[in-house]
Amino acid sequence: MSEQNVHPGMNLGYDGGEEEAEVKIFGFWAFVMSDLVTFGLVFAIFGTMAGSTAGGPGPEEVTDLTSVAIQTVLLLGSSFGFSWASLSMKYHPKSRWRTLGWLAVAATSALGFLVLEVVDFHHWTTIGAVPQRSGYLSALWALVGLHGLHVAGGLIWMAAMTGQILVFGLTDDIKSRVTRMGLYWHFLDVVWVGIFSMVFLAGVA
Amino acid sequence: MSLKQKLLLDSKNAEEAAERRFYTIGLVLSIVLTVASFASVMTGLLPHGWALPALALLALAQIVVHLRIFLHIDLTRQKREDLQLLLFTILLLGMMAFGTLWIMADLEARMM
Repeated sequence: MSEQNVHPGMNLGYDGGEEEAEVKIFGFWAFVMSDLVTFGLVFAIFGTMAGSTAGGPGPEEVTDLTSVAIQTVLLLGSSFGFSWASLSMKYHPKSRWRTLGWLAVAATSALGFLVLEVVDFHHWTTIGAVPQRSGYLSALWALVGLHGLHVAGGLIWMAAMTGQILVFGLTDDIKSRVTRMGLYWHFLDVVWVGIFSMVFLAGVA
Repeated sequence: MSLKQKLLLDSKNAEEAAERRFYTIGLVLSIVLTVASFASVMTGLLPHGWALPALALLALAQIVVHLRIFLHIDLTRQKREDLQLLLFTILLLGMMAFGTLWIMADLEARMM
């Protein structure tokens, strides 16, 4: 098995470690796919509610494309920063600060995403676009909020991994955990692609 | 210490450089597809009714790029299980999501 084909960050020290880590990663894929089903069904609910504004604020009122564009860039940057943290972990396991530095880049970028999203949420409440106003707004808050909660959870996870790297260093177990966190993180960016195109851009198209 | 090392940007060997190139290609493709999505709505260049199909296609293309580059899904043997899991999930989700949209749209049409 060439290193190119194994998951990023997997450059484990002992024989047999790769295989065990691959099994855990496959199990984590199963979790991510169950999460994909959850997101997909909330998307479907949003699809059934897309026109049901009940005279309240619609897509034109809630969509701030500049903010959505900046959020998209920040989340993509966070995903990319995490990739480079994975590469640092794989090729430079001796210097933990290098991995931690890129993790910090990923976390800061994602924090910026969340701040802008909360500013948007606040703006929605001030124009009366609250979840109880219409079916469209309930579905919008559920979908965008669910994704935001996942990002917030990911940030907590990243903080926990940072603590573990500081305490234990880049051991095989930690590398395996960070690799699984990477799957989660890149998956959230995939979901965001669906949200910015199908919810925000399609809403005002 | 060179500037590249200070910025944590130096590569250890050719393999790392190749992986970096791979991720950078993914980033560039994602940015191009994202800009195309926003442009198709914000510039108003597309004829009426073309924006939605264009958005769907661009989103699909970007999702494939993310899966291939950031999530390392490919057609090699050791990734085949990941790919099968993904495709089976999409099949299940397709039935549930498409079924939901179909049934609810049908109900709405009958209520009108």
